[in-house]
Amino acid sequence: MSAVIDKETKKVLIDPLVNNNPITLQVLGICSALAVTSQMSTSLIMALALTSVTACSSAAISSIRNHIPGSIRIIVQMTIIASLVIVVDQILKAFAYEISKQLSVFVGLIITNCIVMGRAEAYAMKNPPLASFLDGIGNGAGYSLILIIVAFFRELFGSGKLLGIDILPLQQDGGWYVPNGLMLLPPSAFFIIGIIIWVFREWKPEQQEEPDFKILDIAHGEGGHH
Amino acid sequence: MSNGNLKQRLESCEHFQKFKAYADKILAMSNDSLEKTIAVALSLSFVCAILVSFSAVALKPLQIENKAMDMKRNILDVAGLLTDDTDIHQAFAELVEEKLVNLETGDYVEDMDPASYDQRKAAKDPKLSVAIPPEKDIAHIRRKAKIAKIYLVKKGDKIDSIILPVHGYGLWSTMYGFLALEADGQTVKSINFYDQAETPGLGGEVVNPKWRALWKGKKVYDENGNVALTLVKGNVDPSRPDAVYKVDALAGATLTSNGVSNLIKFWLGEDGFKPFLDKIRSNG
Repeated sequence: MSAVIDKETKKVLIDPLVNNNPITLQVLGICSALAVTSQMSTSLIMALALTSVTACSSAAISSIRNHIPGSIRIIVQMTIIASLVIVVDQILKAFAYEISKQLSVFVGLIITNCIVMGRAEAYAMKNPPLASFLDGIGNGAGYSLILIIVAFFRELFGSGKLLGIDILPLQQDGGWYVPNGLMLLPPSAFFIIGIIIWVFREWKPEQQEEPDFKILDIAHGEGGHH
Repeated sequence: MSNGNLKQRLESCEHFQKFKAYADKILAMSNDSLEKTIAVALSLSFVCAILVSFSAVALKPLQIENKAMDMKRNILDVAGLLTDDTDIHQAFAELVEEKLVNLETGDYVEDMDPASYDQRKAAKDPKLSVAIPPEKDIAHIRRKAKIAKIYLVKKGDKIDSIILPVHGYGLWSTMYGFLALEADGQTVKSINFYDQAETPGLGGEVVNPKWRALWKGKKVYDENGNVALTLVKGNVDPSRPDAVYKVDALAGATLTSNGVSNLIKFWLGEDGFKPFLDKIRSNG
């Protein structure tokens, strides 16, 4: 019995890391992944904030799932998520003032992060609170993993630092490294996330999607006769 | 003991019995009935409202403390009084004097309490602020408070530095900062920005200590009393006679740099602190 639970728990926690990653497979939560990843410190706090909101909101929604009227289902979920996000924002302003200044609006925008809503609707509405809580942790961890990878490359190559500590000596300070300005701008996160998706799908071919349409191969005489 | 007691008293209370019976009735209803929908919506809003207001009220003192501390830290920093082990509250209380200045006349305002005056709030209040005509509004701030809150650092009786609040629009955000001048009202001591949302790594480098160090010793006004201090692209050639008025612009952040030049020009000009600085100079 316990072995079964452990297997299920493990699946809920580990699957969203690579096999069912919310960013790379479901392509959700991209907006904040672009916005906060220019530094490791902001990414870590954002990852922590999103993970706690997803876990707690999933648990709360799941615990009242049998009494949520279908007609106001989404509003009920949004109310719970929004309340938790405001609480997280208040906590950051009280205990991590510097970081909350840097994250500015993006903490508030967790409300609109598709991962949180997605887990509420897809998992928490059908599963018990503890499993939903773990599912929130797992998906938050999947989001965090990608955010940290992206932030690692952006901060290292964009400003020669990691977590604010100098790694590559910059040319302007007498070192040899010329920082790549593109890395500091949000579009660079697109490229890095794209590369991560590519690597994941080469590594796990089952993640590759069927093409929406096939390009006609006229040379071999298939198609082309209308 | 008190727990069991409370439970007993609750159960014997008639209102509680009624409430419990009603709650049980609601919970047993079909989820899609109108009554249950309204009951769920109301009770959920109630619980969430309590959660949100509790966290906001309970954490408010800490947040206000953080903000005040941050402001004091920035003022001490721009005055060059901040070291790693400074006790911020103590140092601020001992070394820094808050003053209110009427921007139009340049005189001190003595009949108001500086500690309770908030210039950023006043700039939004129609009674306490004036609109800036568009052709003069080079810093793109639209309104300015009539009274500004400045900070003086004194050594003995003599003024050591004058710290002026400045703000203006960069690329994405209004940048708020402090400019510290020597007692001559002409030589820059330091500048810092405590509230800005420019691109991290490009315009956001306005907070970089290495860039801020370039400002030290620069002069504000030329011989004719015009604001000459400005940011220039590329490296400032120290051998040129006007190098003392020029600071290197931020690499890759032309619009933020223009914003900084503009806010300096505005706040040190006739519409900003020039009348006040003129008076300070003439009083020695």
